[in-house]
Amino acid sequence: MTNTRMKNKAILAVEAHGLVKTFGDNRAVDGVSLSIPTGSICGVLGPNGAGKTTTINMLATLSKPDAGNIKIFGYDVLRETQIVRQLIGLTGQFASIDEDLTALENLMIFGRLYGFSRQDSKRKANELLAEFELSHVASRPLSKFSGGMRRRLDLAVSLISQPPLIFLDEPTTGLDPRTRTQMWQTIRSLVKGGSTVLLTTQYLDEADQLADNIVVIDKGRVVANDTPEGLKRSVGSSSLRMTVKDADNAANAAQIIEGILAAKVHLAEASELIAPMDNTDKLTDVLTALKDAGIALSGVNILQPTLDEVFFALTGEGSQAKKEEN
Amino acid sequence: MTNPTILPAAQRNLKNRVGVGRAIRNSGTLTYRSLLKMSKNPEIFVDFVVLPVMFTLLFTFLFGGAIAGNIPNYLPIVIPGVLLMSSFTNCTTAGSKLREDVDKGTTSRFKSMPIARIAPLAGSLTADLVRYVMGGITVFTTGYLLGYRPEAGISAVIFSILFVMFVAWCLSWVFAFISLCTKTISTASAIGVVVMFPLVFLSNAFVPAETMPDWLQFFVLHINPLSRVVTAVRQLLTYGTIGADFWFALFGTLALLIVFIPLTLIAYKRKA
Repeated sequence: MTNTRMKNKAILAVEAHGLVKTFGDNRAVDGVSLSIPTGSICGVLGPNGAGKTTTINMLATLSKPDAGNIKIFGYDVLRETQIVRQLIGLTGQFASIDEDLTALENLMIFGRLYGFSRQDSKRKANELLAEFELSHVASRPLSKFSGGMRRRLDLAVSLISQPPLIFLDEPTTGLDPRTRTQMWQTIRSLVKGGSTVLLTTQYLDEADQLADNIVVIDKGRVVANDTPEGLKRSVGSSSLRMTVKDADNAANAAQIIEGILAAKVHLAEASELIAPMDNTDKLTDVLTALKDAGIALSGVNILQPTLDEVFFALTGEGSQAKKEEN
Repeated sequence: MTNPTILPAAQRNLKNRVGVGRAIRNSGTLTYRSLLKMSKNPEIFVDFVVLPVMFTLLFTFLFGGAIAGNIPNYLPIVIPGVLLMSSFTNCTTAGSKLREDVDKGTTSRFKSMPIARIAPLAGSLTADLVRYVMGGITVFTTGYLLGYRPEAGISAVIFSILFVMFVAWCLSWVFAFISLCTKTISTASAIGVVVMFPLVFLSNAFVPAETMPDWLQFFVLHINPLSRVVTAVRQLLTYGTIGADFWFALFGTLALLIVFIPLTLIAYKRKA
């Protein structure tokens, strides 16, 4: 794995500068720059509507940026579009596979479209079905497939041409934990084979688990670009999580904590407060201050930082994914 | 999971254009896809088998006596009419499958692939040829069972089916364009009905134009292009000859095709 990575380091798989895309008054993407080394996984993290899909669509030649430029393996997306299309595989949030057809038929049609002969398409399709543990349902119509099976097949379709760069737009949204873990394994093994992966996600732990580098996007702008470790470091070594008994006191408590820790407090739920905390000694001060203010607590925790905190620290807002999870 | 090592981008042989051969092969693959989809949904055949039978019987027995004196005399009038009607109502829905692909996101996938831009359009519309041919065969079979024996024989019948099929295919690009420009599929099919219904009925498809008031006769014979197609088919079937109406219809629809292929492609690119 490291070997492949070192060898290809010279060329960047993705190099994008100052991407802008506006829809009417909405600047969906507002100056996004990305660079992804060959052989790595880049996680693009952000809440719903942050501009993740719009960014992917521009990188994958689906839409033209209003400003900025993109190079994929050194090829210009606008001028050498057809070359770029031979180098990428896109698995979007849309269902690009056909409900009426079987898994094998779906794969074979895409194989044929990529220019393989009928025999080659069939061979490749069967190989992929085996890899994705779908051989036993190869000739079953897709309407009988579960959500996880569809997602796997959709990914298999993007791999039929063995593209060196794969875009995965929220590959695990809506999947159960087991299928999600399977998908992660698949993504890891893709990179082992020499592919570069750009994935978007709303799940912070997913980016933490998979990505070599995380780009946090909010309201169309890159708010952070670092390794998972670097990001965690940037918000402090640990974080304070406390739950107030009476939700009405939450705002008041937040103000007190912010005063002591000199850091932004995030309201995760009505009564749960999260704040980065460098120095655990300050916990005593916080507790005393809250007691003096007559605010009762039902729970206190000191946590090692997760990307949740990173996200709150960077955008000052809760992530959509977090809310959905709860 | 064993993954073969991916060939690095720099070692690939890449071309920045899709040649004509590739475009034709891509269109062929996507035609096959549409046909495969059709074969899995046999209920859609009702549209182009049951309806032509129904309309042939309906018009023949309802209007046959009144318009042509008796049923055998009416058959040469009504059969080309129903042939036209069934093909043209079929082609108004040509864009719906295409639109379905756009709405579901399948076309986004196509768009990210190194295939000819026109292939998804051409594939979807070309697969419809099967519908026109099946509709045509149904109409003539029904006519045959009712006693219709075209003077010009079987070759004229085949030629007529192919002619109407081609005209319908050219027209289907117009309706594909409409379906890609409207907000929903149902709006597009409503427009299809609103356009097609008057054109089919305000023509000489079912009734000879002679009995109509002058102003309507003028519209039917000189304005409505569908009358040209019907007249051309009647001439083919009765005399086995190709007349001015045939060429008018052929070049007219070809002109439509030349205008609407790029328009539809632009609409498709904007929508997907």
